[in-house]
Amino acid sequence: MSIEVRNITKTFGTLVALHDVSLVVPSGQLAALLGPSGSGKTTLLRVIAGLEIADPGSGAVLFHEQDVGDRHTRHRKVGFVFQHYALFKHMTVFENISFGLTVRPRRTRPPAKVIRQKVQQLLALVQLENMADRYPSQLSGGQRQRVALARALAVEPQVLLLDEPFGALDARVRQELRHWLRRLHDDVHVTSLFVTHDQEEALEVADQIVVMNEGRIEQVGTPDNVFHQPANEFVLNFLGNVNVFHGRIQKDHAVFGSLAVDVPSAGAAEGCHARLLVRPHDLEIDSAPGSAGSLQARVFRVQSAGPIVKLELQTEEGQHIQVEVSHAESKRLDVQQGTIVYVRPRQSRVYVDDYSI
Amino acid sequence: MAGTIALKNTQAGSSVATRPAIAELAWVKWLLVTVSLGFLGVFLLMPLAAVFVEAFRKGAGAYFTSFRDPAALAAIKLTLLVAAIAVPANCVFGLAASWAIAKFSFVGKNLLISLIDLPFAVSPVISGLIYILLYGLHGWLGPWLVAHDIQIVFAVPGIVLATLFVTFPFIAREVIPLMQAQGTEDEEAAITLGASGWQTFRRVTLPNVKWAVLYGVILCNARAMGEFGAVSVVSGHIRGRTNTMPLHVEILYNEYNFVAAFAVASLLAMLALATLALKSFFEWRSRRPLGAAPPCAGADASAPIPVEDLSHEH
Amino acid sequence: MKFRFRQPSVLPGFGLTLGFTIFYLSVIVLIPLSALFLKSTAMGWGDFWQTVTSPRVVAAYKLSFGASAVAAALNAAFGFIVAWSLVRYSFPGKRILDALVDLPFALPTAVSGIALTTIYSRNGWIGRLLEPLGIQAAFSPLGVTIALTFIGLPFVVRTLQPALQDLEAETEEAAASLGATRWQTLRRVILPTVLPSLLTGFGLAFARALGEYGSVVFIAGNMPMRTEIAPLLIVAKLEQYDYAGATAIAVVMLLISFAILLAINLVQWQASRHRMGG
Repeated sequence: MSIEVRNITKTFGTLVALHDVSLVVPSGQLAALLGPSGSGKTTLLRVIAGLEIADPGSGAVLFHEQDVGDRHTRHRKVGFVFQHYALFKHMTVFENISFGLTVRPRRTRPPAKVIRQKVQQLLALVQLENMADRYPSQLSGGQRQRVALARALAVEPQVLLLDEPFGALDARVRQELRHWLRRLHDDVHVTSLFVTHDQEEALEVADQIVVMNEGRIEQVGTPDNVFHQPANEFVLNFLGNVNVFHGRIQKDHAVFGSLAVDVPSAGAAEGCHARLLVRPHDLEIDSAPGSAGSLQARVFRVQSAGPIVKLELQTEEGQHIQVEVSHAESKRLDVQQGTIVYVRPRQSRVYVDDYSI
Repeated sequence: MAGTIALKNTQAGSSVATRPAIAELAWVKWLLVTVSLGFLGVFLLMPLAAVFVEAFRKGAGAYFTSFRDPAALAAIKLTLLVAAIAVPANCVFGLAASWAIAKFSFVGKNLLISLIDLPFAVSPVISGLIYILLYGLHGWLGPWLVAHDIQIVFAVPGIVLATLFVTFPFIAREVIPLMQAQGTEDEEAAITLGASGWQTFRRVTLPNVKWAVLYGVILCNARAMGEFGAVSVVSGHIRGRTNTMPLHVEILYNEYNFVAAFAVASLLAMLALATLALKSFFEWRSRRPLGAAPPCAGADASAPIPVEDLSHEH
Repeated sequence: MKFRFRQPSVLPGFGLTLGFTIFYLSVIVLIPLSALFLKSTAMGWGDFWQTVTSPRVVAAYKLSFGASAVAAALNAAFGFIVAWSLVRYSFPGKRILDALVDLPFALPTAVSGIALTTIYSRNGWIGRLLEPLGIQAAFSPLGVTIALTFIGLPFVVRTLQPALQDLEAETEEAAASLGATRWQTLRRVILPTVLPSLLTGFGLAFARALGEYGSVVFIAGNMPMRTEIAPLLIVAKLEQYDYAGATAIAVVMLLISFAILLAINLVQWQASRHRMGG
């Protein structure tokens, strides 16, 4: 069951939450809506679910090529998981999960025995077999979220929508559940779309990432794609750490202090201000300047972080540079606090005001 | 408990109204609103309107003449006197009880709170009865009072006591929860700065609870002036001497003097409306950030206030 | 562990305020109330029992109980609708009506008593509409019930309003996403959640109605065995100097009121147990 959104605009009073947004999530995929607060990702999710209605005349929501815009939420067969679980506090875990089955009209309602079986299956799926008679108040946050997921899956939705499902949990539980969700999706294969502001989460879990900002989609791609080939400065900045250097365009180069980067297509932008964006692991350091230009900097801090070494450098002008190198590399150069090193980008992007190079 | 709502900030319900998935069908909304208006119209507005319509049935002249009756004037005076005694007395009690209960922790605190609520559970007639049993001619203290020529029941003191009983909890139960929620930090700070207990109470505690106190006071006053059942039992109904306004209304009505009865009743109704207006005002005022609440220590006054997020973004 | 009456504190005035509080409480409330119970014990069990089971008294209890229960039930049903409309919808005059809900609480009972009688008596505003239908409102148990409904109105509405406001919209959205209709959501999600408040409101309205005097004595007509409520019977006995009889009736009423309030507290305590945490 694929999800398609075509030209959706949504305004709340004077605030435009979604600007002409279009998106396709292929059937069976697990996609992430990633972006900062206010980017419109939750609004988009709710529009897909029918919990918000797009501005009149502004576009369509299609499930498997069928326009569902007219259908009320209860008829869209979406499983929705809320950030704060929204479990029915006065019902047991069993009653929560079976709710969607018991509200069906008599004709389509399964007999009690079948319902019981189904709930047991789902409890096993979310690994909460012995919790059927507990109340939500007796469960931990992680357990409650799993019940919410089981409840949504019980109605065999064609689409699963999760709104920051792990946002209310602490870091360790978040990590565990993140991997668990991925495994679950691999088992169940329902087209799923989840909202998150945590880029690590999106990069680890999703098949496809939709980066959003201020009501617009900035880029759609695989995690590899959006991380290594960001479509624009926003995506580059949002995903992962990045160093920013400021300089100017001179002839065919962008010059940043003693560093010059080839930018053949920028002839017309002579004298313009340019920004160089490099990820920490795309910088290489050496004990000598080298033939191509490089920046001189002093090692300010050395931090061993698992498989890599994180270095914080400081140039004479006071700019801080983050570099990541392997342990081997760090040993080879005998890097210590106060050492002078020379930095050069292996791979980088230069941005001149409006266009990237 | 109902009727005396704690002054808390309630969220606007309008956010639910804009969520399409959980909205009712238009005709359902219409039906519910119509039923509500009908119910409130018949049970609330009609009796209120009736008071004024009947009071002016024979014209404005007859209305104002009702107040020239000396018995009516005496009743008004007595009502005011009783309120003037009962409200401050219960106010002092309420503040003292709140201080003891909210600022300290001791055995039996919850029992004390329940006991303070006791008069609410007692029917007004019984509230009057108990004072007759205690101070009446055949009561416990009856003989002693007769011997000392002190008249309590069937006289003003009895009326005051019965009124004190029925209005007993009003101020305390508004102030206690608020003081409990506010804790003891402000007061402890004041003490460490050298303030005496009384100074602390007057300059730190009191301003913090002033809206709750005012709220309790107007409710207490409304009840004190309007109490009927309890006062009816202890007063002896001596016209011109032990009749409060509600009792006077009863006498006039039973004499078929309807216009006069409703005229006096209209004064009481206006008091009720003023009470409700003040109540709404205090509730509105207590929601605004009051000067008494100091800003967080170290907060940057020029820091940008986060914009209210309308689109459910986190 | 050594027994401590109170935790030490740096704040002064405990002795003074607690002492005054207990003194005032005793003089105004506790001692007079105990006079009631002691007087009833002085009566002797036999007399006590005879008084409270005499036909007139039993009729009064039946009327008080029956009418109060019906009134509280009416208030529960309509009060829910009113509270719901006030919380969820906007309509002209809403603010004023919301404030006026407390009118029965603020208006002196004598005033509401004569106003209601005027409206429902034979040629009153509503009374004259009911007469051709053969329905007599004033001076009948129906009139008593109407007056008690007026009295209890704010209790249900005011306890329900905060409960309805606290409902989380997401829970209702979850029910909708699972396929529930609005009616199903009301029945299975909303009502169970606000049930404790509804029961509390019902209980408070009921307790208040049981003891109500002023609003009822005018419209009731006070005919023994027919429209005589229990509080009025107490007053009647007092006027005949039958203090013992009045006391007996009062004690039974008081015990029942306390029982109702205890039940309400239990309901609230149960509800808060369920609801702890998420």
